[in-house]
Amino acid sequence: MAAFKLRRSLLYVPGNMPSMLQNIPIFNCDSVIIDLEDAVPLAEKDAARHLVKRFLLNYTDRNKELLVRINPLDSKWGYEDLKVVLPAMPDGIRLPKADTPEIVERLDTLLTEFEEELEVEIGRFGILPSLESALGVINAVGIANSSERIFALAFGAEDYTASMEIERSRGGEELFNARTRVLWAAKAKGIQAVDTIFADVSDMEGLRAETELAKRLGYTGKCLVNPRQIEVVHDVFAPKEYEVEYALQVIEAIKRARQLGTGVIALGGKMVDAPVVKRAARVLRTAYAHGMVDTLIDEEEIHGAQ
Amino acid sequence: MKIVKKAQAGTMQSSDLMVFLEPAETLTVTIESTVVKQFGALIRAKVDEVLEKHGIESGEVRITDRGALDYAIEARLETAIMRATEG
Repeated sequence: MAAFKLRRSLLYVPGNMPSMLQNIPIFNCDSVIIDLEDAVPLAEKDAARHLVKRFLLNYTDRNKELLVRINPLDSKWGYEDLKVVLPAMPDGIRLPKADTPEIVERLDTLLTEFEEELEVEIGRFGILPSLESALGVINAVGIANSSERIFALAFGAEDYTASMEIERSRGGEELFNARTRVLWAAKAKGIQAVDTIFADVSDMEGLRAETELAKRLGYTGKCLVNPRQIEVVHDVFAPKEYEVEYALQVIEAIKRARQLGTGVIALGGKMVDAPVVKRAARVLRTAYAHGMVDTLIDEEEIHGAQ
Repeated sequence: MKIVKKAQAGTMQSSDLMVFLEPAETLTVTIESTVVKQFGALIRAKVDEVLEKHGIESGEVRITDRGALDYAIEARLETAIMRATEG
């Protein structure tokens, strides 16, 4: 499994707007998704990819993960997007309309070819597939397993609701099954799950509620359409003080248990065993990434010495 | 490469620029910018560098700058050149 990387906030930035691109270094999100797809008019596809390439080449002091959303591979722009942008070394590609494992496999092959041509390590470019149609959601498991480059699955509710011929509501009840299926596929593969955008930039309460729901289900990050949304999302995904405190107690308790030669012990009247320890370890890893604890928990503390 | 047809690239948004290219016998470059006094010479130097890189020796080049940085000038000019030189 890949090293733990915090991906709470993935901010979309339109690819054809210098004023937004130039601000990427100062946005405090974990990742940026530079968009060549929906945010760029058809007549400007060539202009946007040149602009993004020049911007990336110029952005040498990188301080966050940089992904590029290309146009779909079956459009006439997708391949050209890769050809122009990959030499500028983004960290990965967000693949729209990743409806089948075959589409992702095709991107994987293309990326390998470009890596050979650019003489960089094979596997350097990651893939974030967008599951954003009924077909994509149904194929989630196959897609998650279609390439070792995939570091997370992204759920895209706007296109998904369009493909379902339904409206997206504020409460999001209509998304429940799809959200869960994408999560299962991601968790079964041991990769992250990234939730869809929340389009109403003025509705911070709605954003918070939706992010809290996504977190409760198991999502570890969310896509954003505006930098103003970053703070709320980070706040929701940050472990709460009491969660960190409890997680630390769990680790202490399990160490005590092992000294007593057992794998299970009571803490405050509740049973602590392996799954509880695993959850605590996850909280502490996230807390470490947030700077809330000083040391990263090691495997031996989680599983005990052999 | 040779400018064979009229083309333009860019936008009038802030931090961007518009590039207009037209076929002509000789090379002329005109730059209009809100910051032409401070940065006119630097913009001109960048434009010359990109034109030279693409082997553009003739044509009318007009730039309307809205405070673009070097990378944007290069990108917009590149796009305009590709649009103006393709058959």
